[in-house]
Amino acid sequence: MNILVAVSRVPDTTTKILVGSDGKFIDTNNVKFILNPYDEYALEEAIRLKEKNGGKVIAITVGPATAQDILRNALAVGADEAVHIKSEQNFDSFFVASQIAEYASKMKPDIIFMGKQSIDFDSLQVPSILSDILDLPLATIVTKLNYEGNMVKAEREIEGGKEVLSLQMPCIISAQKGLNEPRYPKLPDIMKAKKKPIEEIDAPNYENNIEIIGMELPSRSRLNKIVGDTDEDIKEIVRMLHEDAKIF
Amino acid sequence: MKKIIAYLDSFNGNLKRTAFEVATAASYFHKENSAEIIAVTINGNEKIAEQLKEYGITRLVNIQSALLEKYSSSAIAKALFQLIKKENSDTAIFSATSYGLELAPRVATKMNAGYIADIIELTFQNSKAIVKKPVYAGKAIISASFKTENVVISLRPNVFTPVKNPVSNISVENFNPELLQEDIKAPVIDTYKNEGKLDVKEADIVVSGGRGIKGPENYYLIENLAAKLGGAVGASRAVVDAGWRPHSEQVGQTGKTVSPTLYIACGISGAIQHLAGMSSSKFILAINKDKDAPIFKVADYGIVGDIFDVLPKLTNEIEHIS
Repeated sequence: MNILVAVSRVPDTTTKILVGSDGKFIDTNNVKFILNPYDEYALEEAIRLKEKNGGKVIAITVGPATAQDILRNALAVGADEAVHIKSEQNFDSFFVASQIAEYASKMKPDIIFMGKQSIDFDSLQVPSILSDILDLPLATIVTKLNYEGNMVKAEREIEGGKEVLSLQMPCIISAQKGLNEPRYPKLPDIMKAKKKPIEEIDAPNYENNIEIIGMELPSRSRLNKIVGDTDEDIKEIVRMLHEDAKIF
Repeated sequence: MKKIIAYLDSFNGNLKRTAFEVATAASYFHKENSAEIIAVTINGNEKIAEQLKEYGITRLVNIQSALLEKYSSSAIAKALFQLIKKENSDTAIFSATSYGLELAPRVATKMNAGYIADIIELTFQNSKAIVKKPVYAGKAIISASFKTENVVISLRPNVFTPVKNPVSNISVENFNPELLQEDIKAPVIDTYKNEGKLDVKEADIVVSGGRGIKGPENYYLIENLAAKLGGAVGASRAVVDAGWRPHSEQVGQTGKTVSPTLYIACGISGAIQHLAGMSSSKFILAINKDKDAPIFKVADYGIVGDIFDVLPKLTNEIEHIS
């Protein structure tokens, strides 16, 4: 079974975001970049599937030279090969999806996994665009998977509940937290990962569909009425919520 | 020429609140450049047309197909694109719900449109749309414009307040798309409802617990307060990672981003990734025994105290007053 896992490189969740000097993108100085957390579930699922059925797992990313570190992470966790589609441009999700689609149409994977969203732009676009370009079945925000032959049952989160989709392979799955417990790489695996191959492909030039004009930090002044925990304090807080904020 | 497809979510023959938000955003385009609005439903009914008249919609196209009785992002996107081609429309608006977030990028791909997801503001400059969208889970907000002729957006739910603008007439047409069984690429075979449980994303009041709650057996304190307020129960990442609560309740960067009227953080210290998920709440009440906890910096109201003492008293006091 051949499995493709699309991964992305994002600022760590503990990062305090600052606007860069261009006023459009973040200041990347002192920012620690990590493998997108949702991609860890995608990767884990791919590796488990390979361990059960044989085959190979290829991790793919679209990004600048610095993106190789997350491919090494993916190789350390258990991917067999990695593909780096290199581009130093600022690009949008259409570009990412179209580049992955181009690779996938040659590789013909049985299943493509990725995180439900990258925690940078949080757009949830790539899985759907990829599904549309490749004309493959898609389940997004998936929390549970069952495999029967070449059929996949995917349980996904929707507002106020869950729904189960039936997909025939080849198909695309975007992973939600809870799908599995991702493993951590062991030191020997990290060493071995350094020797695994990373195929480099130069991405074509690309004209973005959208243009970022500016970036700002949300600013909101808060009332900051902090009290103690006496009965009077609690009464006062409830009064303020009731009379000032008119919440109940 | 502008012609807008306003895709309206409905459930059991009723429009969802998000549908009126989409109708309202469409009316901004109409005001700006007299764009024609085509409200679109799937297997809708007469009642929907009556509801839409209140929001300035004068034309409703009802996509009718037995194949669309159940949701399918591939089939709905195909049907929508057939309508878009027939109408020669250049703009499509969705709500950024779990369905809309699948449909919008598909339709944008078919239309060769620029697409911006989950927007919180829509303005115009020289008749061109400029949108704002939170990024990094709300730690920053970008402004963006479209370089393409065609435009697709999805709206963050609960942000665009529906504005009433009654009209006397609405035309209703049916559109029968050309669909085949195989256009349903991933059929829905089962659905589960979280019975009686309000989703944190949809609730007006959210009460969340953090590590300070000490164990799942104490969560009834959070649940009691939420029940008293008619709110939803949320949780911090620490609580979810410990297995005390399901991930569907997690608020934060790797959970849900919420913006309720009131957010109550109980025993939550306020890690950056949690603040990202809730700092757009209208009012924030924090309860924590550590007076230096970062959560107090973003709070409108704060109680420095032990949640095990404070929560029962607070629940009681609210019962008194309401």
